[in-house]
Amino acid sequence: MNLISGRTTVQGQNLDSKLSEAYFNEVATCEMSKEDMEKLNVAADEPVKVKTSYGEVIVKAKEKAGTPEGIVFIPMGPWANAVVSGDTHGAGMPSYKGIDAEIEKSSEKVLPVKELMQTYMG
Amino acid sequence: MTELLIKNGVVYDPINGVKGERKDVCIRDGKVVSEVKNPKVIDAEGRVVMPGGVDIHAHIAGGKVNSGRLFRPEDGRKGVKARTNVCRPESGYSVPNTFATGYRYAKMGYTFVMEAAMPPLAARHTHEELVDIPILDNAALPLIDNNWMTMDYVKSGDTDLLAAYVAWIIKATKGFGVKIVNPGGTEAWAWAKNCDLNDEVPYFEVTPAEIIKGLAEANEKFDMPHSIHVHTNMLGHPGNFGVTRDTYDLVKGIKPAKDRQVMHTTHTQFHSYGGTNWGDFESKADVIADYINQNDHATIDLGSIILGDTTTMTADGPMEYSLYQITGRKWTNHDVELETGSGITPFLYSGKSPVNTIQWAIGQELALLVKDPWKVALTTDHPNAGPFIGYPILISMLMSKKRRDESAEDMHKVIFDRAEYCSIDREYDLNEIAIITRGMAAKALGLHEHGKGHLGVGADGDVAIYDMSPEETDAGKIQKAFLNTKYTIKGGQVVVKDGEVVATPDGKTYFVTPECDDTLTDEMMVKLKDKFDHYYSVAFNNYAVQDAYVPNPYEIKAPWRS
Amino acid sequence: MVEVTDVVCSLCGCVCDDIVVEVEDNKVTKVKKGACAVGKSKLMGHNRIKSPAIRENGELKECSYDEAIKKAAEILAASRRPLLYGWSSTVCEADKVGIELAEEIGAVIDNTASVCHGPSVLAIQDVGLPSCTLGEVKNRADFVIYWGANPAAAHANHMKRYSYISKGYWTEEGKKAKKLVVVDVRKTATAKMADVFLQIEQGKDYLVFSALRAMLYGHEDVVPDEVGGVSKKDLLETVEMMKASKFGITFFGMGVTHTGGRHNNIVNAIQMTRAAHTHTKFSIMPMRGHYNVAGINQVCTWETGFPFAVDLSRGYGWYNPGELSATDLLIRQECDAALIIASDPGAHFPGESIKHLAKIPVIQIDPFPNPTTEFADVVIPAAVSGVESEGNVYRMDNIPIRLRKLIDSEYLPDEEIMKRILEEVRAIREKEGK
Repeated sequence: MNLISGRTTVQGQNLDSKLSEAYFNEVATCEMSKEDMEKLNVAADEPVKVKTSYGEVIVKAKEKAGTPEGIVFIPMGPWANAVVSGDTHGAGMPSYKGIDAEIEKSSEKVLPVKELMQTYMG
Repeated sequence: MTELLIKNGVVYDPINGVKGERKDVCIRDGKVVSEVKNPKVIDAEGRVVMPGGVDIHAHIAGGKVNSGRLFRPEDGRKGVKARTNVCRPESGYSVPNTFATGYRYAKMGYTFVMEAAMPPLAARHTHEELVDIPILDNAALPLIDNNWMTMDYVKSGDTDLLAAYVAWIIKATKGFGVKIVNPGGTEAWAWAKNCDLNDEVPYFEVTPAEIIKGLAEANEKFDMPHSIHVHTNMLGHPGNFGVTRDTYDLVKGIKPAKDRQVMHTTHTQFHSYGGTNWGDFESKADVIADYINQNDHATIDLGSIILGDTTTMTADGPMEYSLYQITGRKWTNHDVELETGSGITPFLYSGKSPVNTIQWAIGQELALLVKDPWKVALTTDHPNAGPFIGYPILISMLMSKKRRDESAEDMHKVIFDRAEYCSIDREYDLNEIAIITRGMAAKALGLHEHGKGHLGVGADGDVAIYDMSPEETDAGKIQKAFLNTKYTIKGGQVVVKDGEVVATPDGKTYFVTPECDDTLTDEMMVKLKDKFDHYYSVAFNNYAVQDAYVPNPYEIKAPWRS
Repeated sequence: MVEVTDVVCSLCGCVCDDIVVEVEDNKVTKVKKGACAVGKSKLMGHNRIKSPAIRENGELKECSYDEAIKKAAEILAASRRPLLYGWSSTVCEADKVGIELAEEIGAVIDNTASVCHGPSVLAIQDVGLPSCTLGEVKNRADFVIYWGANPAAAHANHMKRYSYISKGYWTEEGKKAKKLVVVDVRKTATAKMADVFLQIEQGKDYLVFSALRAMLYGHEDVVPDEVGGVSKKDLLETVEMMKASKFGITFFGMGVTHTGGRHNNIVNAIQMTRAAHTHTKFSIMPMRGHYNVAGINQVCTWETGFPFAVDLSRGYGWYNPGELSATDLLIRQECDAALIIASDPGAHFPGESIKHLAKIPVIQIDPFPNPTTEFADVVIPAAVSGVESEGNVYRMDNIPIRLRKLIDSEYLPDEEIMKRILEEVRAIREKEGK
C-alpha cells in the first residue's frame, strides 16, 4: 500500500499536548478505505502492523471515507515517523509521503508515545 | 567627555563653503565643536577629509531586499567573509546581508543611508533589518502612491484630507517622507496591467499624474524635511524621457515648504531613454539634464550602472515582470494589499550589449551634463543599476576623462552614436564629488538641519578620511581610496581604520512626525477604519509600527504650515 | 475580568490577529471570538513543563533555570559539531540570539522549513515566486486552488479570513462568486467544499502541473486522456475556469513538498502559475505551517545570507540543504549535540534521526512536554509566545505582526533563555581562551 502522513484537525489541536490521550487516540492510527479494511479483515480501532523498508509500527486502524483504495494515511507524528525513511534524496526533506508499506492485522499493542520514544534510546 | 581632533586634513565641506582647505575638525561628545582641549589626535597628513557620506536612495532593508537574498544564494556566496572579534559574518554582493551592508558602507566613508522604499503594511520588516545594519544612521521612505486612501482623496480632490492620511501613514510606519513608485501602475499590476502617466488606474478613476500632483501638494502642507521622492512611470521603456519631463512639469507651480526641491526623481538614468524600441534605443540624458539645468524645482539621483550581475528590485511590479520576460531569469512578485507591490529579478549589465552600454553611459552623462552638482546625487539605485560597492568606480569615472575614454573602448561601439558620452570632457573635482555624495543628499533630505552632510559646529561628528591627497588624478588610486577609508568616524568614534572595521556602534533611525489638525485626522480616520474593517487582512490596532521596533529613534517634527 | 481585543494567535501560519479573549486572575479564561479550535486550544493553555530539569541516570531531575542554562552552555561550548534546530514557534527576537549563538560556536542553524516548505524555498531559488499578501486574495480572488493542502484541518480560518469564504472589495458576494478547486489524493474536508475536486494519484502532482501548463500554453494536443488519475476533460475544464477568472491563486501544502519530486513539484507549480499569468492575474503561495516559520527564514536570510540549514563552522554562512539540513546531519550521525527550540523533532523527524538525537546531548527549550522531552538531557521551560511574552512574527505571506503579551508568567521567554545561554557560552569560551 501507499503510505502518506499529514495533518489533521485533532492532531493540530494537540500540537502542544502530545503526551495527552486525545493525541494518542488521534495520531496512533491509520486511515484506510472500507475496502482495504475488509481485505485486511480488520475492524475499526483494531491494531494493525505497518511495515516499510525502514521500520514497523503498530497503530489502530480507522475507516475513512474519501480515502482511495491502496492509500493508507497516518497522521503526522511519532507513529508515522517510526516507518518513514530519513533519506532526503539530497533535498533535505525526508519521505513523509509515498512510502511502500505492508499492512497486516496484528495482535500487538499500540505503544503510547513515551514507550515509543523509549525504543529509540537503545 | 570624549574629544577628537582631526588635524592636517584637506577638508571638503560644501554645505559650509569649504572647498579643500587645510583645517582642523574638532569633535566633542559626538558633535563638531570649534575647539577641543585634550583630544585624541588623528593626523590626516594632508589627506582628503569629508563629512560622512549620505546616500539618498538604496534598497538595503525590507521585504523585497530579503526576497532578493533568499532566492539568490549564489549571490550570497559571492561576498562571504568570516566573522572577527568585531564583525559578524558577511555575505552577498548585490544583496549583502545586513552586517555586510553596514560594514561596507562605513568602509566607503558613508554614515547615513536612506532605505528607498518601505511597503507600509510590512514596515516592521524594514525596521527589523535597519536595526540589524551596524554603524549607519538610517531612515526609510514609505510607499504612499498606490494606496487606496491616496487614490480616493486624489479623486475627490480633498488635499487636506490627503495630507492627513500622509501624516498618519508616515507616523504609523516611522517613515521619513513620501515615496512614489510607478503611481497607479502598481495598483493596476494587481490585475496584471500597468499605467502610463495619463492613463486612468483601473477602478480608481485617477491618473498617475493626478496622484503625483496631489501628493506633492499634500507633502507641502507640512514643513517636511524632504520633498516627494519619485520613481516616475514607464521606468526602463525606450522613449520614456517624455514621461519624465512631463512629470517634472506637473509640480512646477507648487511652492515647497522649505528651501529645497518640490520633487526629487530617483535613478533618473532609467527614465532618460530615447528611441522607440530596443533596436533604436538611445540616450536622452541631454534632454533631461537640460530640463534640470533650466528649472530649480526638481533634483535627481543617478541610478548609474555598474557592469556585472546584480539583482533588480522595485515596487514597479509591471516593470519587473517585463524584465523577467526579456531575460527569462527567476522572478519573484509580491503585491501588497491596498498599498503597493514589488518585483525582483536578477539582471546582468554587460559591456557587450548595446542597450546596457547606452544605459551605462546615460547615468554618467546625467552627472556630467547637469551643471549644478547641488541638483545631483550619486546612486546606483542599489542594487538595481548595481551594488553600492561600485560607487568608487563612478567617482573615479566622473573625475577622470581618461578613465571614461579607456572604459568606453571596452563597451559596445553604439556608445559613439547613441550617446553623448565620449564627447563630454568635464571632470568633477573633489568639491563636486563631496556635493553629490553627501552635501546634496543632506540638503535634499533636510538632514543638514539635523547634523548630517556637513562639518559645521553642531553637526554630527561623522567624518571620512580618504587615503589620497587632493592632488591625486590617477583614477585607479581615486577608486581605491573611496572604497576603503583611512578612517571613518561616526559620532566622534573611530569605526573604520586603515580600511578595517574597528567598532560597530548602533545607528539611529530618523523618522518624521507630521503634525496634523485633529479634526482633519478624525475625519480621515473614519475612511481609514472602514478600509481596515473591510479590506485589510491586518487589524487596525496591530498595524502601526510599535516603539519596540525602533530602539534608537531620532524624531523630526513637521508642523502644519498655516 | 479584562477583555483584550486584537489578540494575535501564535499557532499556524494564518496568524489571525482579531481575536478577543477574556483575562482574569492572570489567566486566559475565555476565547470569545476570532480563533479557530486549534488557536483557541493554544490560547487557553495546556499542561506545561513544570520546571527546568537535567537528566541524571535516565531520569529528569528538577533544577533551577541557572543550573539548566549552565549545563546547556557547557554542552554547547564543548560541542564540535552542534545543531541549533527549530525556531518556527518562537519570535524573531529569539531567532536573532540563536543566530548569534550559532556564530559563536560554529553551529549549523536549521529550522522546521527543512521538513516542511524547504522544498518550496529551493524551488523559489530556482524560479522565484509570483505572490501577494493575503488581503490581495481576499479583495480580488475569484478563483482559488488548494493543492496538496487541507486548510479545513491545518489552517481552519484560512478560507473565511482570506480566500474562499471571505468577502473583500471586488469579492463582496463571497464564495457565491468564486470557484474553488481542490487537488488532493484523498477527499478531505476541504475537498468536500470544492466546486471541482481533482482526485490525483499519490505522487503524480508533477505530471498534472505539466499537463495544465501545456494546456495553458495552448498545447492540449500533447496531453493524454488521463494524467495522474485525472481525466483530460477535467483538466481542460479547470484550465477554462482559470482563464476566465480575474484573479487566481494557488495555495499549496505538504501534499506537494513531501512527495517524490520535492522542490521540482513546486517549480512546476510556479511555472504553471506563470503560464496562467499569460491569460490573467495569477499568484501562488505556500501554506506555511507554523506561525513564525516564515520569520526564522527571514531573520536567518538577512543575518546569514541564507534561509535555513546554514553551517557557520567556517565563520560565515555556508548553505547546502540536503547536506546540512537537520535530517541529513542526524542520519549521517554528524552532530554531537543539539539545541532544540520551539519545535518537536521527537514527534516529526524520521525514526532514524531520532535514534541519533537520543544518543547525543540534547537541550530542549519549549513550554510544553512532548516526545522530544523524552530523550532531552536538559529541559528548559519557556513562556508561551503570544500569551506570556510578546515579539515579532511573520505570517505565511511574510507580513510582520507583533504578538501581544496577555498574562504574566514565571517562565522565562525564549529570547531571555537564549541570551543567558549565549552569555554563559561566551564566558566559558573566554575562560578557555577562545
